[in-house]
Amino acid sequence: MTEHTHIHNCKSLLGALSDYVDGELETELCREIEKHIAECENCRIVVDTTRRTIELVRAAAPLDDGLPDEVRCRLFKRLDLTEYLKPQK
Amino acid sequence: MVETTSQPDISLEALRGGDRAAFAKLVDAYSAPIYRLSLRMLGNEQDAEDALQNTFLSALTHLSGFEGRSSLLTWLYRIAVNEALMILRRRKPEVNIDDIHAADDDETEDFFPSQFVDWGSLPENALLSSEGKRALDRAIQSLPENLRMVFLLRDIQELSIKETADALGLTESNVKIRLLRARLFLREQLSAYYGERTLQENTND
Repeated sequence: MTEHTHIHNCKSLLGALSDYVDGELETELCREIEKHIAECENCRIVVDTTRRTIELVRAAAPLDDGLPDEVRCRLFKRLDLTEYLKPQK
Repeated sequence: MVETTSQPDISLEALRGGDRAAFAKLVDAYSAPIYRLSLRMLGNEQDAEDALQNTFLSALTHLSGFEGRSSLLTWLYRIAVNEALMILRRRKPEVNIDDIHAADDDETEDFFPSQFVDWGSLPENALLSSEGKRALDRAIQSLPENLRMVFLLRDIQELSIKETADALGLTESNVKIRLLRARLFLREQLSAYYGERTLQENTND
């Protein structure tokens, strides 16, 4: 969708938005986006707030919370693996 | 997440051969992400625990057929998504789950931004107050089901585009379209919510 296109208006920016905020867009197109958002306040806001939306979702949902002990015990029991149930680190 | 952390030392051969100690290792390595995904897909602990148990029971049955084309975690995610969908289907028969696997058209017009409040510079502790977190949860829960699955796997579980596509049985380009729509949808919801707070803050200055 984004390859070999140019970012010349707000709609084409939208097509490249995900790759841009993920840092997966080629340099040339990044430059075009940066040029566009320097002149287009609405697109600048869309880029900033989209990036912020993803950051917030990740900050609010930490990935390192473990499995509650009782859930783990019941899982091992259901799988008939209780003999391998060692305390979690 | 999958690319950045090394795979735990579990022998695929032992797993396929029915080695129970190896399976217990697999359960301990991957039950937490599977449980979190189930919890976010289903929204309550009881259903999430059912989905978790069913996922590993199903994995136990089908391990001998696992060919190793995707990582074990991606394979488990795919099973978990299907288990969660079965629970959702039972709970809400009116939701057309088949849409989740259907191809998308190219139209993103409906998702074109309409809110342009510049709330991005509000500090994180203001954005993630307990009320802010509730607003965020509500926004995620209000995503259409087919977009929510993609968003949960890619932006919350931090799978790659390819892994998300593998887990959902979608093409990568469909994943990209849905991810963009989900992000724009959430941005729109959060802009409505945080926008009011930005205005209040400016008035208080």
